Amino acid sequence: MATVEMTFTPLPAHVRTARLVATAVARRSGVPEALLDEVRLAVGEACSRAVEVHQEHCPGEPVRVALTGGRQRFEVVVTNASAVGDDGMAWPPPPATGSDGQDPAALPAQLGLAVIAGLADDVQVSRNGDGLSIRMSWPVGTPAG
Amino acid sequence: MDLKLEHHTTDGIEVVDVEGEIDVYTAPRLRELLIDLVNSGHYQLVVNMEKVEFLDSTGLGVLVGGLKRVRAHDGSLDLVCTQERILKIFRITGLTKVFGIHDSVDEAIAARKSEK
Repeated sequence: MATVEMTFTPLPAHVRTARLVATAVARRSGVPEALLDEVRLAVGEACSRAVEVHQEHCPGEPVRVALTGGRQRFEVVVTNASAVGDDGMAWPPPPATGSDGQDPAALPAQLGLAVIAGLADDVQVSRNGDGLSIRMSWPVGTPAG
Repeated sequence: MDLKLEHHTTDGIEVVDVEGEIDVYTAPRLRELLIDLVNSGHYQLVVNMEKVEFLDSTGLGVLVGGLKRVRAHDGSLDLVCTQERILKIFRITGLTKVFGIHDSVDEAIAARKSEK
């Protein structure tokens, strides 16, 4: 089992870097090509959420991402240093139905979680010290070496 | 790839061509453009996403915000998108019920004209 860990200053510009690294490690770990887009998007969502929380509550603390390739699953853990602001987070998120009559302005706050829930078939959200961790995983095929 | 934005008027409808990645870093630029267009009196919008390579929930939020703004003026905001990877995000979030999503700019304009 091999793990790649990265930390980055909570700036929106670095979320793209995190996505690219996560996708590269997922590919090397053997995640099927058809799932790489899902990994990229879900990691981006989790990191975007972490950046928003850090910028508001602890801009000096880095966002942490751990990418672990196992024999059966590729796992990603994105950790906020502060859970403040996430107290109202419901998991699993309510379905973002977006049906007519629903105020569209009320949708974006839950969209990120809805996207993560829709992309990763295994998602867990847990307290981690003062922070909050989003753990996601995908199946692997044959590692790329 | 960064975000590239262009816009032009066709048959009285403002078409916004978006190319690149719409995420937490680049979405504010799209938000500014949509706000500027609405503030300058363009209430019939088509956002062409055929060259969008990546879209996250921040981008979705910007599009929803744009829709809300044009609807306040009895306007419309339609999308052009045929990429499965992008359409999947709209389906996951249920936003296919909120936006008109078309296969081409011509189709989007024709659909809007037919509703007038």
